[in-house]
Amino acid sequence: MEIDAGLTAWMLVSASFVLLMTPGLALFYGGMVRGKSVLNMMMMSFGAMGLVGVIYILWGWSMSYGSQSVGGFFANPFEQFGLGGGGVFAEDGSAVVADGLPIIVDVGFQATFAIITVALISGAIADRAKFGTWMVFSGLWVTFAFFPMAHMVWGGGLLSDEGPFASIATPVDFAGGTVVHINAGMAALVLALVVGKRKGFGREPMRPHNLPLVMLGAALLWFGWFGFNAGSAYGADGLAGLAWVNTSTAASAGILGWLMTEKLRDGHATSLGAASGVVAGLVAITPAAGALSPVGAAVLGLVAGAVSALAVGLKYRFGYDDSLDVVGVHLVAGLVGTLLIGLLATDGGLLYGGSVNLLVVQALIALVAVALSGAVTLVIALALKATMGWRISEDAEVGGIDLAVHREGAYETIGGRVVDSRTSLAPSPAPAGASAPAVAERTTTEVK
Amino acid sequence: MTKLVTGIIQPHRLDDVKSALEAFGVRGMTVSEASGYGRQRGHTEVYRGAEYTVDLVPKVRIEVLVADEDAASVTKVIVGAAQTGKIGDGKVWVVPVEDVARVRTGEHGIDAL
Repeated sequence: MEIDAGLTAWMLVSASFVLLMTPGLALFYGGMVRGKSVLNMMMMSFGAMGLVGVIYILWGWSMSYGSQSVGGFFANPFEQFGLGGGGVFAEDGSAVVADGLPIIVDVGFQATFAIITVALISGAIADRAKFGTWMVFSGLWVTFAFFPMAHMVWGGGLLSDEGPFASIATPVDFAGGTVVHINAGMAALVLALVVGKRKGFGREPMRPHNLPLVMLGAALLWFGWFGFNAGSAYGADGLAGLAWVNTSTAASAGILGWLMTEKLRDGHATSLGAASGVVAGLVAITPAAGALSPVGAAVLGLVAGAVSALAVGLKYRFGYDDSLDVVGVHLVAGLVGTLLIGLLATDGGLLYGGSVNLLVVQALIALVAVALSGAVTLVIALALKATMGWRISEDAEVGGIDLAVHREGAYETIGGRVVDSRTSLAPSPAPAGASAPAVAERTTTEVK
Repeated sequence: MTKLVTGIIQPHRLDDVKSALEAFGVRGMTVSEASGYGRQRGHTEVYRGAEYTVDLVPKVRIEVLVADEDAASVTKVIVGAAQTGKIGDGKVWVVPVEDVARVRTGEHGIDAL
């Protein structure tokens, strides 16, 4: 089949955009934690980039988009293991092309979605989780929660237009409201509950240590989201253009919705609110980017910004430490976007002369996503709690997870010196042990 | 003998205080960022709906070593230049200093100023 050069070029660019979102997320999250844990926060994103990026080409693609579906839940992970099996490359080694696009380009595009979805969850467990446990969780969760959801919604599985709900109305998830945001948001809620609260949650101030980083991260997310949503049009065409405009409009309206809510409730429009509003608007438009008019996108963004601004307070009321509001932003705005498609879709939405069927189907796929993600995450999280354990020691948490787990600090402190005598020009005045008791005492009690 | 004059002032008054001290003839000083509160107390900040009281507000600490007879005048200069008349303007105090040494030369006392 002929390669469509315009489409292929756009998809390669889109994949690159989406990959950039994860470092953007690392900045967005990193600025929101305290200075003593910013590196760990960012490392959870980079850890996901490392592990999921490899897993995806091994069995991720095969489980999501392989042709051997297991009950519509997931596809056979071994069919195209390592991108073999003839689905991506033909026997002569040439790239298989479908609808003008080499499949290998789609592999790259889809891998970036898996990476960011896992990274999103990390915001729920800031400051306190063992890095090793997080990494194992990442591998298990992407395998048992993400790939199945991708298969069900986009790979022709249970929640797709070939699934059982399609007889009521065709479910709409343009770029990942269920697969990415409800999935990650629900996992975040479960993980926050299993891992438990940070020491001092709700009593000690845990203010964002660097809001300019948060805003830079939000800007990169916004930029990357054009690849996420407009790329999901799978065309360099008018639908991609519509998705682009809807995406940006919803982000803009998200800022307005969040800031107006804050101004009325707290008296001030904050920079953290603006950055959060961007993300809430983008999350909500993700499932809807190709199904709404730009005016509908503005309404959706506004609602998502306002509702998420209210929802981030829930964790204090119910006492779960979803540290960076993955639930309040991704789960809630993901639900808002997925459900409001039932009202605002220009084709079949209730406000556009459609029946209630689309709304019902949207509610059903949202519910299935919540239930599946919740159940799978709970099993993985509890298994890891019983085996590896989730929490670093209390001393390490109070002293800062960056130093305890990564043996690094983000910001310069005075008093360091070179230990290796081969690289040090100054003669060492005392044996190494004599001058380092303060560090040594701390570190021996930390990592257990 | 020497005295140490320490002033805690509003950060935005630093330039004026520094100029006034230089005009008076003070040749050196140490300035550091400080946090604290007096009658001013702190303020509240809200992050995603979570309200925090921030007790400690940013201040600047300015330290000047002077000869005994200059201490009162230097205090007056700092107070004059730092004053806005609002709560939170800060404090200035004077303490006796037993000895001062200039690191470069090893001079002591008044000679080291």
